[in-house]
Amino acid sequence: MKRCRRDFLKLTGFSLLGLGVGSPAAGSGESRGEPATGIRWAMVVDTRKCRRTAGCTACIEACHAAHNVPEIAESRHEVKWIWKEKYPAAFCNQVHPYTAESIRNLRVPVLCNHCDRPPCVRVCPTQATFRTQDGIVGMDSHRCIGCRYCLAACPYGSRSFNWLDPRPHIPAIREDYPTRTKGVVEKCNFCQERLAKGKPPACVEASRAAGCGAISFGDLNDPESDVSSLLRTTNSIRRKPNLGTAPSVFYIV
Amino acid sequence: MLEKALKGNSRYWSWVAILVLVIAAGFFAYWRQLNHGLAITGLSRDVPWGFYIAQFTFMVGVAASAVMVVLPYYLHNFKPFARMVILGECLAIAAVIMCMLFIFVDMGQPARVLNVLRYPSPNSLMFWDMMSLAGYLVLNVVISLVVFGSERKDVPPPRWIRPIIILSIPWAVSIHTVTAFLYSGLEARSFWLTAILVPRFLASAFASGPSLLIILALLLRRFTRFDPGSEAIQKLTLIVTYALTVNIFFVAVELFTGLYSDIPEHVHHFQYLFVGLEGKAALAPWMWLSVSLSVVSLILLYLPGVRRNHRVLPVVCGAVIVAVWIEKGLGLVVAGFIPNPMGHVVQYFPTVSESMITIGVYGIGFLILTGLYKIVTTIRDQIDVL
Repeated sequence: MKRCRRDFLKLTGFSLLGLGVGSPAAGSGESRGEPATGIRWAMVVDTRKCRRTAGCTACIEACHAAHNVPEIAESRHEVKWIWKEKYPAAFCNQVHPYTAESIRNLRVPVLCNHCDRPPCVRVCPTQATFRTQDGIVGMDSHRCIGCRYCLAACPYGSRSFNWLDPRPHIPAIREDYPTRTKGVVEKCNFCQERLAKGKPPACVEASRAAGCGAISFGDLNDPESDVSSLLRTTNSIRRKPNLGTAPSVFYIV
Repeated sequence: MLEKALKGNSRYWSWVAILVLVIAAGFFAYWRQLNHGLAITGLSRDVPWGFYIAQFTFMVGVAASAVMVVLPYYLHNFKPFARMVILGECLAIAAVIMCMLFIFVDMGQPARVLNVLRYPSPNSLMFWDMMSLAGYLVLNVVISLVVFGSERKDVPPPRWIRPIIILSIPWAVSIHTVTAFLYSGLEARSFWLTAILVPRFLASAFASGPSLLIILALLLRRFTRFDPGSEAIQKLTLIVTYALTVNIFFVAVELFTGLYSDIPEHVHHFQYLFVGLEGKAALAPWMWLSVSLSVVSLILLYLPGVRRNHRVLPVVCGAVIVAVWIEKGLGLVVAGFIPNPMGHVVQYFPTVSESMITIGVYGIGFLILTGLYKIVTTIRDQIDVL
């Protein structure tokens, strides 16, 4: 079904616009990234476990340290790959005046949702952001022109722009991951670089190490994976499901 | 032809000198932005587009509005626009160049801007915007050069130019349509997610663009021997009147749908615009100023005495320009981001540097326009003397 829609979009895109120029509708991003492996990465955040360790920022620290994410004091210019947002802010349409106080005060980790139909990829004028076949929305900072159309298009506020040179604000630069320059967009990459080495994302590892294990990661196409079994056995929600972006990050409340 | 822009009286050169100073100040501020990044602006991760994109949106409207003189003159052979049409085309040229510059100064990595052409992405409206603006610029340059050049030689324009002129009419509509699509296709921003955005953009463009043209025509009449003719100015005034009426109607329709449906996500943006949210109301005074100016100018424009009074008319036209500039520039672009996707209210205030760059871009546009109008008026003079 999904595939049909994509093919249809491609076909109409080509015939209507008459502009092949070697770039199939980047909305699908199927021409980019790794060959088909049948893997479909997804994340499940078990907020019940998060609740037990309020104030824990292990996943954030691990992620930001692993990816040379700068620490900028001024909130306007902040760069964030993963951070905590109050439950009513993260799930705007899914709270009501009688929602339990404990849920209201819950701070849940939020990050790029690696949507199935990512609006950021659709609007990017240079294909600097793209969706790989295993479901990751990637980012090529070298191609990004810094127009910030993707910031306008993302319904989750998951994208950060480098308003200034980030390098002086990185606490300890790691040599095994590139830094970014001013004027480009960045965001969570589902730890593509770690997945390539067979390691789980940094936040997942950190949450395990911290003892909460609130974040699970795995292949949706593998029925035996952590995420598949969690989603099969427990009720889960996604952020702003009404928009049809189909996030790959699920939450258990 | 170009040399005509290099001869002028002291008043002409003082005006050019002022513009050059403004541009120099803009360059200075832009140099800072290049070195320090867009952090020198008031933009933020919550309001990533602001002043530059607002001016861009407004100026696309001004550029598109040239169609309001091109269409009656070329399609309906409306003779009174004979001298006005070249003014409209020159304004379109200057306006499109300003649009491109506003996009350029908004880029985080301006050196990479050609990546849009290197990796053409038909799924991105920004790609189409670049294409349509560039095409519109070429169309207007070619048309004005060929038609005005023939006029100068006192020969009828070549036949091949007519289909190009006809093409420029839907093309003008297309540039503003695509610009509105930039906004109205985003599921993330409920404020813009409305089909009436395109018609609204066109209506406000056809009110503000011709208003600017009227002011420019009256200025030329005062300071040069060039006279676009009273009838042309009268017709333009009528166009402004009707377009402003339609625009106010469209805004009212938008308000009804947004407010009566009472969906919080829709209501919040209007609330922020007109009364403020969580005690934050930076745009509210501006919006009320815009509403008042729109309504008062509309009433005045319906009075025939006002339309014919060439002292009051430019003031009313100025009010229309300011009203539209606030409504679709500042208000529409910024309020789309407030509240942000998480419901937080983070406001936006342009900085001095940002304003200097903006005024600098306007300086470049007006310098181009001044040069073009100088050439047109000088050559017109020579034709009329012969």
